Amino acid sequence: MTVMKSAACLVGIGIVLIASIAQAQGKVNVITTTEDLASIAREVGGDRVTVESISRGYQDPHFVEAKPSFILKLQKADVLVTVGREMEIGWLPPLIQQSRNAKVQVGANGYVDASAQARILDIPQGQITRAMGDVHPQGNPHYWLDPENGKVVAKEIAEKLSQLRPNDRAFFEQRLNAFVMRLSDAEKRWAAMMAPYKGTQVVTYHRSFPNFAERFGLEVIGYVEPRPGIPPSPQHTLDLINEMKKQNVKLVLVEPYFDLKTPNSIGRATGAEVLVMPPSVGGVKDVTDYFTLFDYDINLLIGALKKVGTATH
Amino acid sequence: MQGSRLTCVCIVAGALLVAPSSVSAQTPDAQALRQEIEQLRKEFEAIQKQYGDRLTALESKLNATEPAPQPAAPAPPVAAPAAQPGGQPQTTAQVPPGAEGAGGPTGALPVYGGAASSKVFNPDIAVIGDFLGASGRNTVNPQPALAMHESEASFQAIVDPYARADFFISFGEEGVELEEGFITFPAVPGGLLVRVGKMRAAFGKVNSLHNHVLPWTDRPIVINNLLGGEEGIDDAGISVARLIPNPWFFLEATGQVFRGDSSDLFHSSERGDLSYVAHLRGYHDLTENTNIDLGASYSRGHNASGIFGDVDLGRFTTQVYGIDATLRWRPLQRSIYRSFVGRSELIWSQREQPVSTQNAFGYYLSGDYQFARRWFMGARYDRSAHADDETLRDSGQSLLVTYWPSEFSQVRGQYRRTKYAVGDLANEFLFQFLFSIGAHGAHPF
Repeated sequence: MTVMKSAACLVGIGIVLIASIAQAQGKVNVITTTEDLASIAREVGGDRVTVESISRGYQDPHFVEAKPSFILKLQKADVLVTVGREMEIGWLPPLIQQSRNAKVQVGANGYVDASAQARILDIPQGQITRAMGDVHPQGNPHYWLDPENGKVVAKEIAEKLSQLRPNDRAFFEQRLNAFVMRLSDAEKRWAAMMAPYKGTQVVTYHRSFPNFAERFGLEVIGYVEPRPGIPPSPQHTLDLINEMKKQNVKLVLVEPYFDLKTPNSIGRATGAEVLVMPPSVGGVKDVTDYFTLFDYDINLLIGALKKVGTATH
Repeated sequence: MQGSRLTCVCIVAGALLVAPSSVSAQTPDAQALRQEIEQLRKEFEAIQKQYGDRLTALESKLNATEPAPQPAAPAPPVAAPAAQPGGQPQTTAQVPPGAEGAGGPTGALPVYGGAASSKVFNPDIAVIGDFLGASGRNTVNPQPALAMHESEASFQAIVDPYARADFFISFGEEGVELEEGFITFPAVPGGLLVRVGKMRAAFGKVNSLHNHVLPWTDRPIVINNLLGGEEGIDDAGISVARLIPNPWFFLEATGQVFRGDSSDLFHSSERGDLSYVAHLRGYHDLTENTNIDLGASYSRGHNASGIFGDVDLGRFTTQVYGIDATLRWRPLQRSIYRSFVGRSELIWSQREQPVSTQNAFGYYLSGDYQFARRWFMGARYDRSAHADDETLRDSGQSLLVTYWPSEFSQVRGQYRRTKYAVGDLANEFLFQFLFSIGAHGAHPF
């Protein structure tokens, strides 16, 4: 009996060992919470990683459902890359908890908070309460819309991949450098395209674009939402229309997952152009990676600005 | 000893600081004050010298007894009084007298509890209020016109690298109850998810849900009649859940062992009268927007029907079987505006009783449709026999409207018509206010 048991034990251990060796030689399985992070992870990891995102770019990243099928994805993950700053607080914790995967638990070796080194805006000062709506106490989590932050996130991911696959460190570093260089070149191009429109005033639906606005010289003067996460109210919409008329604001940017009814009525009242502007990779069909995200958004903006004429101060 | 000396120095230093202000205020007595100050200064110097001497004596003693002295120890007494009047929070404390040199710590010690940084390890705390109102007529099971039905406090945190803990304490208007309190080991070898503590059992869907996440203000009749009602199967025990790998869908098997006491469903007379719950859950994404969730459950435990005069003569058991199905639809791109959830649970109860075994059956069928960002409407049909008398059947219908002012509060109205097997037809309007403060909890799925 005991002999059999110990034999079974040995066989079990053997299987586990073989499995872990096989895994060590395979690709790193990276799961990200958003498609933006997935795109950056692909840039850095190349063909030595497999990357999959939990949420889609056209869905509101605050309200993803914690579907059990995501548990299966996390169960097999070597690395979990999260946006952080409480972006995923409504849905990621139960998924991690049920993943049965020690590697991706918060604080474990395979858990990456991509926001750790990024430039974060809108960090609330002083006392904050829910009267301000669904505020993020750790700052605005939409930080990936600044390419400089994209570089920081890429570095973070490259570092983690190198740590897990020390033999591939040179490969990941070379890919990281190539990505940073391509992004820097693209950034110069984007900056040049946006330069004539510096100081353009816009209104956005949710506070998704502070980093984008800062990088490309837009000024966000108001929001369709009266407070983060609170749907538009008639009084706030009226106030916003008046403010837009006063300052001659001609652009309303709406994330693809919000209803266009209120933005359209604001557009009609003010003569402003309403743009469905994806804040994420996959937000619209043409935006397939981190580069095309900025290409698309900047072309969209410039196209609209040419049409309406600019309002700068 | 050292502590009292320190106080001495503090008082003197304090007196020196206060003195100048009184000088400027009262010039006639300036001369006298100056003399006093001079005296105090002399006294202070004397004390300082005394201390200096004693310290050097102590040092030399220490040097004599210990080969490797710690020179850091004597320094703080001089520095500490200077820091005190500046209003700086004290972040270190002295080693208590007598503890020095006895193999214990020496010098400055960190102070715990006072500093704000210690709060980072406090658990996430939230309180959810559940206010219920009722109007209309119900002679069988009347609930109060207005009641602060439940205030649920939750405390949740990661325990250590291996576990997290969750506590849910339910305050009624009168009593307090531990609704759940358990530790979860999320990464036990073998792909197991292990829970130990008091918890709501994984029987079907509704039993494992807290009041504030139900899509209704009440629980379906079948849950009340066959599964212990609001409390349900909620007991101290151990739960082990494992994912069953297969290439097609999510499949999870859960096995739970409990003490055997759950509301009026199970009753444990002996240590061996444990109750058991087994649950199998399958989930599949039909499309990106639509998914289906199916479950089968089984539970067994002793019931109280054989107890006569505190002795369990009958040793009767109850077995419960359940099937649940949930169909969800939520278009990803419009996920915050539209959704539909259809759900049903079928439950069979086999209860041994003194005269005969009762085989009762019941079910509910419910649908909830979200038609705007903050608006939901729903309907439910109920039908169930009584667990202790299969010939008595209750049935009911409900219509619901729910409004969410924000993610953190909810107002709900429910019209409910119940036809009881015994008693009058009940027509009621129920309403509910739910409000949550504190940490942002995860949304249930």
